[in-house]
Amino acid sequence: MAAVAARHIRKQFGDVFAVNDISLSVNDGEFLVLLGPSGCGKTTFLRILAGLESQTSGDILIGGENVNEVPPRARGIAMVFQSYGLYPHLSVFNNIAFPLKTQNTPRDELRRKVDWAMRLLSIDHLSSRRPRQLSGGERQRVALARALVREPTVFLLDEPLSNLDAKLRTSARSELKQFQQTVRTSTVYVTHDQVEAMGMGDRIAVIDHGQLRQIGTPTEIYDQPADEFVATFLGTPPMNLVEREGGSLGFRPEHFLPREMLNGSALAEMPFRIDRMEYLGSERILYGEIEGRPSKRIVTAKLPAHAASDQLRAGDRHAFAVRCSELHYFDREGRRTREGAVQ
Amino acid sequence: MTTMARRIAGTGSFYSAVVLLVLFAAFPFYWMLITTFKQDGDLYNLQSIPYWFNESPTMEHIDYLFTDTLFLRWLGNSALIGVCVVAITLVVSLPAGYSLARMPGRAAENLGIGIFLTYLVPPTLLFLPLSRVISLLGLQDSLWSLVLVYPTFTIPFCTWLLMGFFKSVPREIDEAAIVDGCTMVGAFVKTILPLSLPAILTVIIFAFTLTMQEFVYALTFISSSDQKPITLGVATDLVRGDVYYWGELMGAALISSIPVAIAYNLFLDRFISGITGGAVKG
Repeated sequence: MAAVAARHIRKQFGDVFAVNDISLSVNDGEFLVLLGPSGCGKTTFLRILAGLESQTSGDILIGGENVNEVPPRARGIAMVFQSYGLYPHLSVFNNIAFPLKTQNTPRDELRRKVDWAMRLLSIDHLSSRRPRQLSGGERQRVALARALVREPTVFLLDEPLSNLDAKLRTSARSELKQFQQTVRTSTVYVTHDQVEAMGMGDRIAVIDHGQLRQIGTPTEIYDQPADEFVATFLGTPPMNLVEREGGSLGFRPEHFLPREMLNGSALAEMPFRIDRMEYLGSERILYGEIEGRPSKRIVTAKLPAHAASDQLRAGDRHAFAVRCSELHYFDREGRRTREGAVQ
Repeated sequence: MTTMARRIAGTGSFYSAVVLLVLFAAFPFYWMLITTFKQDGDLYNLQSIPYWFNESPTMEHIDYLFTDTLFLRWLGNSALIGVCVVAITLVVSLPAGYSLARMPGRAAENLGIGIFLTYLVPPTLLFLPLSRVISLLGLQDSLWSLVLVYPTFTIPFCTWLLMGFFKSVPREIDEAAIVDGCTMVGAFVKTILPLSLPAILTVIIFAFTLTMQEFVYALTFISSSDQKPITLGVATDLVRGDVYYWGELMGAALISSIPVAIAYNLFLDRFISGITGGAVKG
């Protein structure tokens, strides 16, 4: 059964649709990531799920029940905000106990649940501190603990890692994922960071301009992008798109290699003029253009750091190729079309 | 050596500026203090030095103030009016400021400015229509008329001040409380109010001092001595024709300004953080 289902959700601000007809469902225990650029409507959609914002039309179902008219407090959700929304005047213990107190939980049970949540997130030594005395990572855990004690049907997380520095973010990411796998609570996670999305999501929903562009597992999203937006939004550097008759042709930089590195027969060869090279330690990024195939953006190739390093220099022209099975075809509207169309 | 000399000169000029400022600010209080305890002969003798006692100090003015005038009654009236006005102001301004701070769109900002503008209309213009309202309500010559009228200038300013403060409290805090099981009012009471203590204190001090110093409305609406607040009672009952009871006047002014001065000093830090809270926290 779906823990959360959204049906044809729209949200209009004036003439603008912040959310335009999004339907999706979150399965029991699933970690669903809403991924999209800033201002694409993903946070608005999350707030609609939470009931903090009301949708212009459409239905929200949580645990099978229509909650359109149900206030946030009765929806069985818990939310972690971008800057955590901790109560500055309360200690860590009382922050975590807050949702239980509003439900008039008996004192013993309250104590037990808060202790359990604090132990699970290894913050039991912080119980009497105030939020301002905590580091970013600790605050995030307090916010998670507060969400956890409610025993919600679904967690809603709004970019909870964006306030952490890069190093902490990596460890917080794996902790968060591990935590979710321990408690097995369905989770909707909003982010604009594709690394977070790919690394954490059981499924990813890519949103742009208020519309759901594609929903699927990280592999599906990466290997079979539904349109040019999804293709170029994921991947660093993003997928190359070059013009072809009736649309465009896409290929990932890591699949675009010097001809001699590829064997087999089904290859699409392209003469690549290298303008610039970047050495990134484990890999090299080559920037340039393909002769005879105009592209709106610079074409990139991603090579293992030392592969063919002596043959490739900036200013050179070299024969590159892509396996035909790794080519993606898009029509004039940017939608994916069947492979084997005219090159 | 020159840097040393420069430093001394710098410190010296800093402290002399401070001393000058303190003298300037404290002089009226000093004047009130010595006038209160001077004998009438000393006060009216043009030959004597006005800055110190030429005859021995006396308690006669204080005695007169407490025994032969309604001074204590006026103080009580002022305190009663102050407490009522502060209560009314808080009851109206807290929810109003919160709603304006959380209202989406530009409407809230315009409403806020509109509310603040009403504060700028001078009482000398407003007392005409308001006196009509007061007489219609049958409150003329009663201190309750002031309890009704003073909020017309405390509420706009305090609403505006609180709005600025509430805006500085991240919206995520009330939203977290709403998700965590509170109603909107519950979220306000449990999370926003405790965080707004400096602002609330500022409102209390501001509203209270404004009512303590108001004169025009009191003069317009009240004529019976036993209904007068301190500002009016002192000025009308201790100046009889062209006879000024200087000792009593100064004594009354001094005594009534002490509680306010103490309140300000105790809460000065919080007062400042209340006033500037919206500005620095963004």
